Amino acid sequence: MNAPTYNFAYLDEQTKRMIRRAILKAIAIPGYQVPFASREMPMPYGWGTGGVQVTAAILGPVDKLKVIDQGSDDTTNAISIRKFFEKTAGVAVTTSTGEATVIQTRHRIPEATLQAHQVLVYQVPIPEPLRFLEPRETETRRMHALGEYGLIHVKLYEDIARFGHIATAYAYPVKVNARYVMDPSPTPKFDNPKMNNSAALQLFGAGREKRIYAIPPYTSVVSLDFEDHPFEPYKHKACCALCNAEDSYLDEIVTDNKGSRMFVCSDTDYCETRQSDGHRGSENAAPYAESANA
Amino acid sequence: MYVAVKGGERAIENAHRLLAHERRGDRDVPEVSLAQISNQLGLAVDRVMTEGSLYDRELAALAIKQARGDMIEAIFLLRAFRATLPRFGSSEPVDTSQMQVRRRVSSTFKDMPGGQVLGPTFDYTHRLLDPVLTGESSPEQPAVVTGAEPGIMPRVTDILGRDGLIEASPAEDPEKPVGDLTRDALSFPADRDLRLQNLARADEGFLLSLGYSSQRGYGRNHPFAGEIRLGEVEVEFMAEDVGFAVPLGSITLTECQMVNQFKGSDTEAPCFTRGYGLAFGQSERKVMSMALVDRTLRARELGEDIKAPAQDEEFVMSHSDNVQATGFVEHLKLPHYVDFQSELGLLRKLRKEFADANETPVALQEAAE
Amino acid sequence: MLDVTANSTAPGAGAGAAASDEPLLVAANLGKSYGRLAACRDVSFELYSGEVLAIVGESGSGKSTLLQILSGQLTPNTGSVSYRMRDGVTRDLATMDEAERRFLFRTDWGFVHQDPAMGLRMAVSAGANVGERLMAVGHNHYGKIRDTATSWLERVEISPERIDDAPRTYSGGMRQRLQIARNLVTEPRLVFMDEPTGGLDVSVQARLLDMMRTLVSELGLSAIVVTHDLAVARLLSHRVMVMQGGRVIETGLTDQVLDDPREPYTQLLVSSILPA
Repeated sequence: MNAPTYNFAYLDEQTKRMIRRAILKAIAIPGYQVPFASREMPMPYGWGTGGVQVTAAILGPVDKLKVIDQGSDDTTNAISIRKFFEKTAGVAVTTSTGEATVIQTRHRIPEATLQAHQVLVYQVPIPEPLRFLEPRETETRRMHALGEYGLIHVKLYEDIARFGHIATAYAYPVKVNARYVMDPSPTPKFDNPKMNNSAALQLFGAGREKRIYAIPPYTSVVSLDFEDHPFEPYKHKACCALCNAEDSYLDEIVTDNKGSRMFVCSDTDYCETRQSDGHRGSENAAPYAESANA
Repeated sequence: MYVAVKGGERAIENAHRLLAHERRGDRDVPEVSLAQISNQLGLAVDRVMTEGSLYDRELAALAIKQARGDMIEAIFLLRAFRATLPRFGSSEPVDTSQMQVRRRVSSTFKDMPGGQVLGPTFDYTHRLLDPVLTGESSPEQPAVVTGAEPGIMPRVTDILGRDGLIEASPAEDPEKPVGDLTRDALSFPADRDLRLQNLARADEGFLLSLGYSSQRGYGRNHPFAGEIRLGEVEVEFMAEDVGFAVPLGSITLTECQMVNQFKGSDTEAPCFTRGYGLAFGQSERKVMSMALVDRTLRARELGEDIKAPAQDEEFVMSHSDNVQATGFVEHLKLPHYVDFQSELGLLRKLRKEFADANETPVALQEAAE
Repeated sequence: MLDVTANSTAPGAGAGAAASDEPLLVAANLGKSYGRLAACRDVSFELYSGEVLAIVGESGSGKSTLLQILSGQLTPNTGSVSYRMRDGVTRDLATMDEAERRFLFRTDWGFVHQDPAMGLRMAVSAGANVGERLMAVGHNHYGKIRDTATSWLERVEISPERIDDAPRTYSGGMRQRLQIARNLVTEPRLVFMDEPTGGLDVSVQARLLDMMRTLVSELGLSAIVVTHDLAVARLLSHRVMVMQGGRVIETGLTDQVLDDPREPYTQLLVSSILPA
């Protein structure tokens, strides 16, 4: 399967070194967006080119790679990226969160707690948490440099004034290591607490915007809020219809034309693991069996 | 029993087979060859080479064929290939004053050394669909000019430059090598070398609209088409081993030099200023648009007010690349279930709060009655 | 962190001046030219705590350029501006780094633009407009920020019921009062004002001036007010500086300059704008 014309993990070694330097700098300054000379990848910008470049730069032959999109290993883009690395790096792949050494993700953090030997690589569309408040890069860089974050609190203030609570559901801004305000990528705010003090290294790659940033292991990550309106992680009112989990992020599935719906875990590995451990939800009384309905 | 959706892998394979089938089209119609594309759709090839930043007619033709004629997809294919190519070094700057000119027009002087050369152009054609082209056409052989050999012609801006009427072209500065935004992350403010590189790779349609907007008053700078020239130039590479520049071959280029007004400043006498455009092949619309936008983007350097989009380098440079733009626009096709779910949850909460808040007074009112 | 509560009103103007004999701001030989055009030259003066200085002149006299230089937004070609910081140390603006200058600008200084749209976030609620400076210096309690904003709205005579409305729904006079509240919430010691009543109806102007005069004296503010309107100078300022062609041609106590102008140009200004 190895493509003979390309280097291990597609990128040439010079490019990998450039990306690794950016990653090291990012780790040294938690939450700071390090510019890097993002390459044109053979998949479109906005489809994970930043994450793919970071993964390509850190992947070694003994790594075990897991790729998820929306929490699932089987969404088309996750498959496409996983196959890309199978083909260009020949590394072992897995869908098991526990077995993976490198996990590339779009929009979710796995439910299972990550460990010290693991690296979580996020695909980031827009790395700048202040972008929609201030469109100019020159101005937002200055705001970060001077730690001028009043504007982002203005946004939170407005939410509370209008809705009575902070109305940001995903890409909820955080402060890393008590210094830089960071965009966690469009993960639901449900996942924010998992970033804090994580044993795993978290790397963020934005290919189109040419930025890499990082949260080193055991670093404080605080979701922005007010003392009297503290951050509240999103809680579903339902539990998973397949594995009965009450603590996971759920996808809503519309089951018929009359608007009936059910909720299932967005993290498919978590759900399947629970089912094979014997947990049963309302829609899954029978023993769990993997099946395909392509 | 509900089973999570599976089978994405086979779906992708099947979709790609279907794509290949559609690309080929009716199998009774002969397959188009790369030579046909390169020869008969030459301007498409020129555009793909320019915005793909790779001068290779055959690969550009292949990209157009593979992309089923979708130009941005073809540009993307060429760019992705280019990114993997090893880099041996940079060529010497090409000298367009030494161009073997095939077309050269100026709107500033009626006549000048070398004269006006119309060359192959759509200009002054009547845009009437030509029924002859529905079948096989056999156009007449081109007229051959006897006597005068077209060739080396001085550039109009050099003629103006002799009297100091136009700002001098900046000289090469060995202390400050020309930047490369494919090798270093772009940061703002960006100097003209990086701006020109960005514009050269930029989407033709985007530049056309921006250049047009500047003509309509959004960042007006009074341009004259000083000169547009098309022809072949030599590319040379300084080979350190042999100690001199080795010719690598020749490429076709279109160059546009716009001449613009400038009122001068406290340190400089009034003079004309330049807007510059350069593209592979014959890409006149591209180089003219590029030259207009190059000039509007010099507002900061020349101390002009920055008010229009075409003068705003962050705006222009961040949005000019069609490979970046198409990727991000099209990424909206990717699943966003998780974010959408979060928004759905939030929206339901807000709607419930709204309903609760608006019901209470009604209830009170009823109780009072 | 600043202790900012609505009721900690400073005593009268005299108290601020008594705090130090040193001037609050010193301008020395300021000059700025654009090519051959000198926008201002040789401007020197001192401003003391609690003092309000009006800079008057026709448009093009250089008064707005001067205000930009004094507030650190424009670098002069010659001369310097020094400011006595809250810690009592007087510093040259040119030696401060950008972070220090910006911090000063959003805490100890205020800047009131002629066009409120320049100084406000027009799409953001009044409460957030007033609260922004507090949040920028680390205030993190929504309820307290809102209370402070409410009391400031009251002080500038805006109904607290309008706290969640964006200034684009406000009248011109209300916008200007909101801009003032937004600036004063961190209790700055020095406020720059650029034609603060420009573009407002006469009746609205009068109310605004009256309110500004009260606030300035209650808070013991120092202010530098640029205006072409001598009525504004007369109502607000202790001292007046008259500019013409980039130079200061006359300076003195407000009543003295306006009632008994020495320079022919000033006499012309006074007679045309303040008919007896």
